[in-house]
Amino acid sequence: MLFFTRWKAVAILLTALAVCLCAVPSFFPESMVKNWPSWAQRHVVLGLDLQGGSHLLLEVDSGAVRKEQLQSINDDVLRVLRAARVPFTGRAIRGNGVEVHITRDTDYDTALSKLRELSQPLSGLAGTTGQRNIDITQNGGVITLTPSDAAVTERVRQAVDQSIEIIQRRINQLGLVEPTVEREGTNRIIVQVPGLQDPTRLKALLGQTAKLDFRMVDMSMTPEQAQDAHPSDSEVLDGEAPGEKYLIEKRVLVSGADLVDAQPGFDQRTNQPVVNFRFNSSGARKFAEATQANVGKPFAIVLDNKVISAPVIREPILGGSGQISGSYTVQSANDLAILLRAGALPAPLTIIEERTVGPGLGQDSINAGEHAAYVGAALVIVFMFATYGLFGLFANIAVAVNVAMIFGVLSLLSATLTLPGIAGIVLTVGIAVDSNVLIYERIREEVRGGRTAINAIDAGFSRALATILDSNITTFIAAAVLFYIGTGPVRGFAVTLGVGILTTLFTAFTLTRLIVAYWVRLWRPRVVPI
Amino acid sequence: MRLLRIVPDNTKFDFMRFRRISFPVSAILSIVAIALFFFHGLNFGIDFVGGTLMEVQTKAGPADLSKMRTTIGSLHLGDFQLQQFGAPDDVLIRISEQPGGDVAQQAAVQKVRDALGDGVDYRRVEVVGPSVSNELLAYGTIGLVLAIFAILIYLWFRFEWQFALGAMIANVHDLVLTVGFMSLTHIDFDLTSIAALLTILGYSLNDTVVIYDRIREMLRRYKRLPMPDLLNASVNATLSRSIVTHVTVAMSLLALLLFGGQAIHSFTATMMFGVVLVGTYTSVFIASPILIYLGVGVGRMGGAEEPDSPPTVPSATPAKPSPPAQRARARR
Repeated sequence: MLFFTRWKAVAILLTALAVCLCAVPSFFPESMVKNWPSWAQRHVVLGLDLQGGSHLLLEVDSGAVRKEQLQSINDDVLRVLRAARVPFTGRAIRGNGVEVHITRDTDYDTALSKLRELSQPLSGLAGTTGQRNIDITQNGGVITLTPSDAAVTERVRQAVDQSIEIIQRRINQLGLVEPTVEREGTNRIIVQVPGLQDPTRLKALLGQTAKLDFRMVDMSMTPEQAQDAHPSDSEVLDGEAPGEKYLIEKRVLVSGADLVDAQPGFDQRTNQPVVNFRFNSSGARKFAEATQANVGKPFAIVLDNKVISAPVIREPILGGSGQISGSYTVQSANDLAILLRAGALPAPLTIIEERTVGPGLGQDSINAGEHAAYVGAALVIVFMFATYGLFGLFANIAVAVNVAMIFGVLSLLSATLTLPGIAGIVLTVGIAVDSNVLIYERIREEVRGGRTAINAIDAGFSRALATILDSNITTFIAAAVLFYIGTGPVRGFAVTLGVGILTTLFTAFTLTRLIVAYWVRLWRPRVVPI
Repeated sequence: MRLLRIVPDNTKFDFMRFRRISFPVSAILSIVAIALFFFHGLNFGIDFVGGTLMEVQTKAGPADLSKMRTTIGSLHLGDFQLQQFGAPDDVLIRISEQPGGDVAQQAAVQKVRDALGDGVDYRRVEVVGPSVSNELLAYGTIGLVLAIFAILIYLWFRFEWQFALGAMIANVHDLVLTVGFMSLTHIDFDLTSIAALLTILGYSLNDTVVIYDRIREMLRRYKRLPMPDLLNASVNATLSRSIVTHVTVAMSLLALLLFGGQAIHSFTATMMFGVVLVGTYTSVFIASPILIYLGVGVGRMGGAEEPDSPPTVPSATPAKPSPPAQRARARR
């Protein structure tokens, strides 16, 4: 146990040194580290509870995605059956599917085969191979088309990807520092913005779908009459002021997808904040046609199913640009411009979790963590020295290297350090000492049992190491489970605990042995000073 | 230099004798703990029941709690709690989960922000909606159960089944007592508490495994020694190590408890109870004697190439005439 070939000793020392050096970038300020070569840049990331910032968890509304798919199938059924000249009744969205009743039994097979064409195989990503996007069932004369679960999941997945892009665009416009926008699971998105103290504006920006439509106002009846009459081509929408209602045609003239730019500005006449927008050439053309055909009539600008403006068309707008005015402040006009430029979210996002930490608390946490770490380490070092003397010194060196290696591994992994993570490191110091204690107590016992100094040391190591392995593995399992089920700060704790156990095993099996081995070789002791 | 010896060498304390006391005591404490859990309940944090937590710092002098209480009360947000948190200008506001799903939580937060206005700094805001809180609760419970089973399987793999079962009973008992402690002290029970429980499980097992390793070694060497004597010998042999390690872990935890700040206070307090107080007790007084009841070492009758007893054997069994040679060895 005490025999180390020169190569082995050098290898151990070099490994320990290398890992410790990896910790260096974490201890220098970011501004300096940026100028170092790229291979020396991996460092520990401070968690939001230590640097302050906002963490938001957003969920894509799968219900809305499913509804949109049903609507799309509904429209397709109409199109297909009309093209095939098959009469039908009762086409409606019922529950989870679109139902349609074929009037003539003779048409049934034609209708079924035409409708079957709507069902496409899904692209083969992750488990969707072989499945189709629409399931078709029949019951009597009624054919039901349901979007398959795989299709909904796939669409939600796409919605999340699109949303991440749009969120990033929206956040970038706010000029925030290094935000993180990532997918979590199948339908969630994590947004982390370090340094952000008041996420109210951010939440407002992320909460809006920002779907912009331009449609004509339906002047054939009042909104109140329409609520009883239910015309099929128009719907009643709310305006900005409470209680305000409009009857708007369902047909979309131009949509926000054709916007090429939106900028906040001021109305030349009233000096009120407004949003000026511009269409691309296709949008400009559609806008020109619509305004030419409807001079003198009001048209509605609809944002997220709310009418934000309903001006009368005074003259045809051929230039493809326009203005949205209303009761906007400078900031809200700016925000609307940001939303329009970034694009509409494919599905509404709900904020299901928020954790914001101010910089004051963050700094306090760092100070507390450091303070506790120093005090804890000092206590342990003094105690070990008092209990085991010289060997205590060896143990302290091993533990010091252990902690440095923990930081080294964390830096290599670019892991996140949280306050519970610092607690984990302090705890690891307590447990790392245990491996050395196991060895030393065993050595003491062997000495009492009558072995010579060197044999006692050797036996101490060999007997103790198996126990060290066993006992650390159980804590490691607990850390692994915690990593799997935990989020945020708790996950940070699991990481430091797990890494700490690994480095403890390494130092116990190699470093402590090495130090003692070399001491034995140099001093050739008769008595073990334990 | 004279080294510190907390535990003298060659202790011969008869631990196993206490099993007739420790088992009933533990059983009673466990029942009390379980009763506390069901009737007194745990102080579930927003991680598990949803709601909003805000730590605010008043900008101008100490906080006027009653005024803040009236202000927030007038918003009609249901149950809420206000308490001083550390410094006199630091207030912790906790609002229970609003009906209406995730959107309602955000609306409530905005109302409070508007009501409190500019006079406060927000040190921390945490909002957890119903979807997330249900998940965290599920994951937390599953995680604990999963960890227990994973470790059980690992121990079964490394030791015999009686050891695995004994360790598990002892350590689940640890967790039960710790949960009772948390219920009694009304300490915040959130995700970091689950972390504390899992860590307590890990460390307690640490201890138990060390003793079991020694027991296993002794079982191989001393084949004719009665179980209580053998167990006592094992525990005595590992006693010094146990005490030293518990002192160092206690020191680390003490440093965290005193200096680590309010944010991890509940975590470190729980750990202190679980690891230092309870963990030690169960490893010695439950985990070891339980092996007797599980039938370890029954029917051992091997030839004795090794001496019949190791140096540290107290007489736990009624005095049997032992050959002079044995006694001479024991006295060395």
